[in-house]
Amino acid sequence: MHQPQIVPHQSLYFPYQVYPAFVPSPSIVNRSPVAIVGAGPIGLMLALELARYGIRSTVLGAQQQVCEGSRAIVFTRRSMEIFQQVGVSGVVSEQGLPWRFGNSYYRGQRVFRMEAPVDEHDRFAPMTNLQQQYLEQHLVEAAQAQPLIELRWGNKVIDIEQGVDGAVLQVETPGDAYTLQADWVVAADGARSGLRSLLGLKLEGASYEGRFVIADIRIKLDLPTERLAFFDPAWNPGNTVLMHREPGDIWRIDYQLPVDETPEQALHPDSLRERIDAQLAMLGVENPVWELDWSSVYSARALTLAEYINHRVIFAGDAAHLLPIFGVRGANTGFQDCHDLGWKLALHIKGLAGAGLLASYSDERVKAAREIIEEAGKSTRFMAPPSRGYRLLRDAVLSLSLTREFVRPLYHWRTSRAHDYADSQLNAVNDDNQLFTGGPRNGAPLLNVRLAEQHYLFDELAPAYHLICFTDAAALDVEVVAQVQARRRQGLPIQVIAIAMNGVLQVQHADLTLTDCDNLFSTRYGVQHAGAAYLARPDQHVCARWLHLDGERLRHGLNQALGHNGSDRP
Amino acid sequence: MSQSMNVTDLERAYDRLAEAIDRTGNDSELFLVKLALLAAEALNDAERFDALIRCAGQDL
Repeated sequence: MHQPQIVPHQSLYFPYQVYPAFVPSPSIVNRSPVAIVGAGPIGLMLALELARYGIRSTVLGAQQQVCEGSRAIVFTRRSMEIFQQVGVSGVVSEQGLPWRFGNSYYRGQRVFRMEAPVDEHDRFAPMTNLQQQYLEQHLVEAAQAQPLIELRWGNKVIDIEQGVDGAVLQVETPGDAYTLQADWVVAADGARSGLRSLLGLKLEGASYEGRFVIADIRIKLDLPTERLAFFDPAWNPGNTVLMHREPGDIWRIDYQLPVDETPEQALHPDSLRERIDAQLAMLGVENPVWELDWSSVYSARALTLAEYINHRVIFAGDAAHLLPIFGVRGANTGFQDCHDLGWKLALHIKGLAGAGLLASYSDERVKAAREIIEEAGKSTRFMAPPSRGYRLLRDAVLSLSLTREFVRPLYHWRTSRAHDYADSQLNAVNDDNQLFTGGPRNGAPLLNVRLAEQHYLFDELAPAYHLICFTDAAALDVEVVAQVQARRRQGLPIQVIAIAMNGVLQVQHADLTLTDCDNLFSTRYGVQHAGAAYLARPDQHVCARWLHLDGERLRHGLNQALGHNGSDRP
Repeated sequence: MSQSMNVTDLERAYDRLAEAIDRTGNDSELFLVKLALLAAEALNDAERFDALIRCAGQDL
């Protein structure tokens, strides 16, 4: 029997709610097209993504409440754009704290200031801080309001058997155990993924020695919402300290531990108090009054599975990869996994995809993880040098940075961003991608465009392929329309957006006409002449673009984007 | 490759470096790494710097 904790977690700010456990009755449905193991942000996000395409899922959460502690607190603009698609960006924006500046200090001097670029055409700030419990709560509420999602709390998967066309899960509950058959299983069960262990799969990559305490305290500090990094502070020589503001006067303090200290020693209340007081004293806070909300110990790891699809089990988020927190790459990478996987799995289940579509999830996201690991390795080696050589170089840079400009960019660990699938198998091969002189290239996400006050292009994007046609005619090309209609008859969702140029107001056969006021769209998309078009996948990544689109070119582009990989059907 | 340093200049670099290492005492290793980074910046030639690292690593 599985007995989750039914006492609400303690928190200074978050009202934990214990959800009723699901226990099986003789009449339960024990089949699901998709079983999602894990009811954290990744599992719930994926369930919501699948539901957008009409796919039913069963989400199994081992616990009966949302996560303990604030955990992932920084969400990137790309994550916010993904949240928008599943309907939770509004509440996250309302509660969250937007920010764009990071400051690095050494010997009391600010030696580097990161400024994340902002663009008037982006709806969301570069970063938004919000405690993970709130995000999970909003995702739970969205899932509960979605009839295609069944959320089963207190259900722990203890075994799996994979067959040719599905898998059978053994599920324990606070009541009876039961079996659940699923055509597909998504492992969204986190860093210590039980499914990964059950299947005997091993992560590849490096673990770093440096350990950090993560502590959330409540204190009123008159500081802006900016990231603070302190290198080699007097109270923690040789080590690094990070601070972030969270909503509700909660501050995240991360500090690196001396090499020989155990997590138990580090989390002892006396140790926490002494060090947090020392950090606050360094900020000029005398006799600080604060309360501890949550603390944990973290060590940087940069690991990934080599394949994210194992027969009928698909891995996403921390179950698939463990990434260092520096650069906010954990949850933000997981959301991009969900956004890549959702539509592919949905179209595969509906029988609309070529053989290569679902496989491209693993190809694209494993590659993304490996690139992130490469980048994250650089920041981790700077934050917590793993060897004598790296420590010497890091210390030399700290010292030089007081007077020499040229080393200061080394403080800037690149933060998580939207991945660019430049060499995806889904990108068109014979389009005009290389002939464009501007705009998002194949693999990059679409660029948002501000249409009016609080109205953006991305607000209009449906769960569908997006065909964006730049035109100065009153109707779209007949052959293009015929191709779109033929695909729609097969069940493929395609949204046609016309960008009306040269004074045209309405374009026939488009689902939506947007006027190219002041050449806004054409400039951002590098379009010089009417007739050009972009094709974007349902996750908003461009997969083909043409200077002149016709029906045949669209047919080829869609075939490639559906994973038919060069074969000429349908 | 640029012309070789003349012996007078080389002797000067020899003495200055020795004196600086003595002066920086326990921090001489950090000093040398800082110097190497400054030299890399002044050299502004990543491949040549790689070659110098290989050269310095020989016959230790």
